[in-house]
Amino acid sequence: MGGTVLVSGTSSDAHTWNLIYVHLFLEERGYTVHNLGSCVPDDLLVRSCRELRPDLVVLSSVNGHGFTDGLRAIRTIREQRDVRHVPVVIGGKLGTDGLRNAGCTRRLLNAGFDAVFDNGDLGAFELFLNRHRTAAA
Amino acid sequence: MTAPPDRGFGGFVATARSHGHLVVQPRMGFGSRARMRVGLERTKQAQGVTVGTITLDSYTRVGDFAAARAAVGGNSPLNGYPLLAHGAEATRALLDGVQDESFPVQVRHGSARPQAVFAELVAAGVHATEGGPVSYCLPYSRTPLRESVRHWAQSCELLASAGGPDVVPHLESFGGCMLGQLCPPGLLVALSVLEGLFFTQHGLRSISLSYAQQTSTEQDMEALAALHRLAAEELPPDVRWHSVLYAYMGLYPSTARGAERLLRSAASLAVRAGAARLIVKTTAEAHRIPTIAENVAALELAAHTAAQARPDEPGAPRDESGGGVYAEARALVHAVRELHPDLGTALARAFARGLLDIPFCLHPDNQGRTRSLIDDQGRLRWSSTGGLPLPGTAPQPAARAMTSAGLLESLTFVQRAYDS
Repeated sequence: MGGTVLVSGTSSDAHTWNLIYVHLFLEERGYTVHNLGSCVPDDLLVRSCRELRPDLVVLSSVNGHGFTDGLRAIRTIREQRDVRHVPVVIGGKLGTDGLRNAGCTRRLLNAGFDAVFDNGDLGAFELFLNRHRTAAA
Repeated sequence: MTAPPDRGFGGFVATARSHGHLVVQPRMGFGSRARMRVGLERTKQAQGVTVGTITLDSYTRVGDFAAARAAVGGNSPLNGYPLLAHGAEATRALLDGVQDESFPVQVRHGSARPQAVFAELVAAGVHATEGGPVSYCLPYSRTPLRESVRHWAQSCELLASAGGPDVVPHLESFGGCMLGQLCPPGLLVALSVLEGLFFTQHGLRSISLSYAQQTSTEQDMEALAALHRLAAEELPPDVRWHSVLYAYMGLYPSTARGAERLLRSAASLAVRAGAARLIVKTTAEAHRIPTIAENVAALELAAHTAAQARPDEPGAPRDESGGGVYAEARALVHAVRELHPDLGTALARAFARGLLDIPFCLHPDNQGRTRSLIDDQGRLRWSSTGGLPLPGTAPQPAARAMTSAGLLESLTFVQRAYDS
């Protein structure tokens, strides 16, 4: 049923509770989860996409560098011929100021994220998962 | 005492303590040098006995100096001070006239490979920093533990040799934090003492041992008592040390009132339990990186609260309730020390064998066979002890699988208690 999800922290983010939470959240919804942990450099992320062929990649960041790190990570993934089509989403607390920033969200979407869940919007994430599941079925 | 006077960080805290003052310290770091300078000045001027903090940004923390430089060049916001991007000379200028005998400054960083950071902070004229081979490796990096041990051994030696005639370099263990929440106090105390021992094996003579406020004040009192007792038993007699309490490091209350109540409880805990220094949290903690004004308000609230608190009478045994923090910590420390005379080797072996094992830690060198919970008294307890050599541990029923809702409930336990 659910499929395989690769969960990963961003390159400069050392936090892990967000990753553990998302891991459990996805498992409870029937997904098989591979959790890369914190401080994941872009090349490890790409390599893991290549090896695991996940149905979805979830980046989570709460250290305030999420916009910058996420932008670089998604550009790197979208440049790889063999993994560029994998769906990738990002969520957490993405800026240093705690403010919603539609401009930054738009830039992340334009750079290739399939969805952005700033301020850890789990309801929107669950809706996305349901839609994604329906579309894949 | 035959030791020369120490006009550095450790000496300052010892003097404050001898006068009955709790030293209060912010977590503070900004990308801009001008703002960092103002932050230090305001910390120094705050009402209370304060020391300064330069917290580094997380690019510098992971060794991505190019990204830190790019952020400085492009005026992108950073979540801390990019020490290597600004460099020692500019940092020395920033500190000139702020850092002095009455206001020592500590660099806080979070790196498992801190040699470059240590070299730069020493070159900038700072002699106090923090971290540890375990506490800045397992929760915060992908670096293998054995490598982190090697990096930290070199870094300790670099710092130890950097003092002046009357400044003793100071290093604080971050071992009392370990993921910030849900790590039972016995293991936190043990890791702090073990890292302190590691520092002394690599030449440091002025250290501090940390403990982060957890879910129960009574248990935290026991933990600090255990930390003091075990440090006195285990550390070499020529080492000067003090204890530092971190105001709650987990999910912080989201209301200003809740955040202030939690900080006040940390400040009175520090005084009651006899900690020498407190690192504060602000009312902004749950939302974003705090401003200078929010930091100053937190420092002043903590100092004011501390001034009204009194240390508890010594001697009252606090373990009647069966918490046994001291017994747990002592068993862990002794089990690790028996593995090898070199603490770094012993620490790596202990994690490989599961004699030390941090609950919910995703690092590949952590076995991940332990789990913890918050019991109905609000105390942190083990739900599975894995291979930990704990005294008198009865065989435990297999822990129920942690759900995302259960995890969130545990993670928000303190936040909810103080926000309500």
